[in-house]
Amino acid sequence: MKVQKNHKIKLKFISKLYVVLFLLFMYAPLFVLIVFSFNESKSRSVWTRFTLTWYNKLLHNREILRSVLNTLIVASSASAIATVIGTVSAVGIHFLKRRWKRALMTLTSLPIMNPEIVTGVSLMLLFTFLKLKMGFATLIIAHIAFNVPYVIFNVMPKLEQMDRHLCYAAMDLGCNSTGVFFKVILPEIYPGIISGFLMSIAFSLDDFVISYFNSGPTSQTLPLAIFAMTRRKVSPEINALSTIIFVIALIIILVVNNKEINKKKRGGEK
Amino acid sequence: MKKLRMLSLPYISWVCMFTVVPLLIVIFFAITTPSGKFTILNISNVGRYFSVIVKSILLASIATFISLIIAYPFSYIISRIGGRTGKIAMMIVMLPMWMNFLLRTYAWMTILEKNGLLNKLLVYLNFSPVNIINTKIAVVIGMIYNYLPFMVLPLVSVMKKIEPSVIEAAQDLGSSGFSIFTKIIIPLTMPGVVSGVTMVFVPAVSTFIISRMLGGGGNLLIGDLIDMQFLGNSYNPHLGAAISLVLMVLILLCMSVMNQFECEDMEGKLV
Amino acid sequence: MIKKACLIILSLLVLNSYCFTQVRAAADSQVGMHRKYINVYNWGEFMSNGSDGLLNVNLEFEKATGIHVNYSTFSSNEEMYAKLKSSNVVYDVIFPSDYMISRMISEKFLAELNFENIPNFKNIFANFKHLEYDPKNLYSVPYLWGVVGIIYNKNLVQKPIKGFDALWDEDLAKNILMFMNSRDSFGIAQKKLGISFNTKSKADILNAAEELRKQKKLVQAYVMDEIFDKMQSEEAAIAPYYSGDALVMMKNNPDLDFVIPFNGTNRFVDAACVPANSEKKEWAELYINFLCDPKIALNNALYSGYSTPNELAYAMLPEGIKNNKIAYPEQDVLNKTECYVYNSKEINELIDSLWIDVMIADEDNNVWIMPVFIAVCMIALVSTSVIRARLRKVNSKI
Repeated sequence: MKVQKNHKIKLKFISKLYVVLFLLFMYAPLFVLIVFSFNESKSRSVWTRFTLTWYNKLLHNREILRSVLNTLIVASSASAIATVIGTVSAVGIHFLKRRWKRALMTLTSLPIMNPEIVTGVSLMLLFTFLKLKMGFATLIIAHIAFNVPYVIFNVMPKLEQMDRHLCYAAMDLGCNSTGVFFKVILPEIYPGIISGFLMSIAFSLDDFVISYFNSGPTSQTLPLAIFAMTRRKVSPEINALSTIIFVIALIIILVVNNKEINKKKRGGEK
Repeated sequence: MKKLRMLSLPYISWVCMFTVVPLLIVIFFAITTPSGKFTILNISNVGRYFSVIVKSILLASIATFISLIIAYPFSYIISRIGGRTGKIAMMIVMLPMWMNFLLRTYAWMTILEKNGLLNKLLVYLNFSPVNIINTKIAVVIGMIYNYLPFMVLPLVSVMKKIEPSVIEAAQDLGSSGFSIFTKIIIPLTMPGVVSGVTMVFVPAVSTFIISRMLGGGGNLLIGDLIDMQFLGNSYNPHLGAAISLVLMVLILLCMSVMNQFECEDMEGKLV
Repeated sequence: MIKKACLIILSLLVLNSYCFTQVRAAADSQVGMHRKYINVYNWGEFMSNGSDGLLNVNLEFEKATGIHVNYSTFSSNEEMYAKLKSSNVVYDVIFPSDYMISRMISEKFLAELNFENIPNFKNIFANFKHLEYDPKNLYSVPYLWGVVGIIYNKNLVQKPIKGFDALWDEDLAKNILMFMNSRDSFGIAQKKLGISFNTKSKADILNAAEELRKQKKLVQAYVMDEIFDKMQSEEAAIAPYYSGDALVMMKNNPDLDFVIPFNGTNRFVDAACVPANSEKKEWAELYINFLCDPKIALNNALYSGYSTPNELAYAMLPEGIKNNKIAYPEQDVLNKTECYVYNSKEINELIDSLWIDVMIADEDNNVWIMPVFIAVCMIALVSTSVIRARLRKVNSKI
């Protein structure tokens, strides 16, 4: 018995050590970026003195500020439009005959399964073929095109869970199809819509490959600006930028987490 | 219901416009010359880059394999932590994903450089410095680091579903630790492994920035080759389209093989 | 809750459409998005951006004319060409080099400039007008020029460096950087072999490709603008690069030195041009004229380190730079230099495809990689099928 206990303690220690090592691997690079964002010299490996100059420079860098604004515009509009298109389409697909449904779902999953670079290139060729000027319009369309499948795949399971007879019942009670859509279906599937929306916003904000192929000189997004920064004379501003993004992500995650826990607590009280 | 069914009509046209037509254009480019005549030379020319394709698959498979090895025990440990701590642990794992992958890759550049932090540390500890940057090893490290959370996520969600009672039952029936692992845990986590492997392998095999930033330009992968033909140093969209086509076919083939696998296992579970 | 969600999404939509019309205009002045703008596509580190106490040229232009400059950068002629060609992207001012200008002229890519809108063109040295690539001088206004040479770290390279063959020195293995573009790389290999940059013989080009392939195992990385970082932080010992950037690097790291190869090298002129699809040609010409202003040209020359073709700006340069043998080499050095000329489509395609071959050649191609890879795949296949068969057996038993 004692041997087993010892064994268990050892196992626990090893697993703890493993988790720590894993997190070290995940966080060490970020830690390096953050530390060197406060470094006075431009060197990436020698620490000289604490400074906030790089933050100051970053906040006065018009190129970066503009790209942040562009990213926000593109991500919010693309994900909002994609959510609307995706939700409506998911409902439509759900009520299709089985064979059609399967075919359409396969087509929908293509942009997700395809490597991003192929999707990006194919959309670029399409826009060139249509003689569209590369800019905001093409960028937003491209983002919608890869966001819609994510929305559909988030909404679909909720539709599958929904009892189809609810719709029939509503119809029998004199509800028209618009009413069915808004009063019966939407309330059932809204968690899927929300998660689809959040997912597409996250993907849009972070997307590099699709934007790389489909943006014009007026629509540089933040990831593209970062790419340009890593290719030129590298300035520690890039570290400062990473730190700021990290802090924002941390705050968002903490807030979301807190809310969920609160919700659970409230649910428990009820 | 018929009216609701009509809602799919706009979507059908949308899919045609932004999924089917672009892919058709890629195919069209792949089989034509710049003057618009039919040719199969583009696709047969891809054969010249066979070594790059093999190298991409090789590096991506190594990265996927190592990710799986690293992520599997970690996911198991995390999945056994219940409640709030477990949730927070998941958040901690996901947090780095919120940084843009260019920044994450850049961070590795600063670490692995010849005069970088890793070598400084090694010299400080009286080891000889290593030459990692601009080699394939650096590319693999970049892939693992960038896509590791994609492996952890599906694994954890599958492992959370394993009831401890199943394992206890096996223990009670006299199974050794090893046979519990091979006969219960591995089969039950197979769907997670499959989706994790695809989620890591697909972006890894088609990446084109990681290889350039960490591989020093001399370790090109398929993604770089495609980028070079469209927006890079040797403009030839017809060849680029042909390579894209080959890459797409390759990936879809892998995916369908993988899916087959998953489906059968699911069936096995149901029986 | 649903209503809330719908409201959020709808309001986002409305807000965004509103953004595009009015909110943006208000926010514009904050972050520099203006109704009036031109798109400029230039080499990286090629225009004064307001650091080191110099003028921010684009900001000055905006102040002077009210036209905002959307500035983006490329790192090689070929990259710029591909970007313009493969997608329908509209730039108003671009800065190709000589041979690329003649290629673009022959492909009807450039718009003829209206020199009445560019009165400052008179400031350009007479010998920079009507150059080979644009004999009638209809399409281009010279911006900066320079030569290709070798930049090296005096502490890391012991031998004296004379010509490009230093880049094939085995002692410097893995300490060499090389150009990440076909024309410059082939040019260096051709000069090493003593062939003209503009050779039309396929055999010569094949030989040059062979040289580059031999060099690959010695090269640490293929770079363009990344070179600043790598040379300054002593990641590498030696690299070929353009004179102006080399001067900037030498200023930041005094251990670096620059050599112009004794047997001649490439001399290039980068000129401002307007693509044919630009819709704002007049503003573009206004911008080009602004760049020819002596004070602005001086700032750009000082920032980038390159040599200016602008007579008045040259006169204003500090003596130290005017006499600098790197920025303004003596005539007998210049006599040995050669410009790139756009040969023909066939030669160009040959160079491009050979260049990719060099890039994908694997220096440490281990004979075991393929067999091991296939073996691993086979083992994986066999083991998975065994596992599957076993599972099926177990299931059938149940």
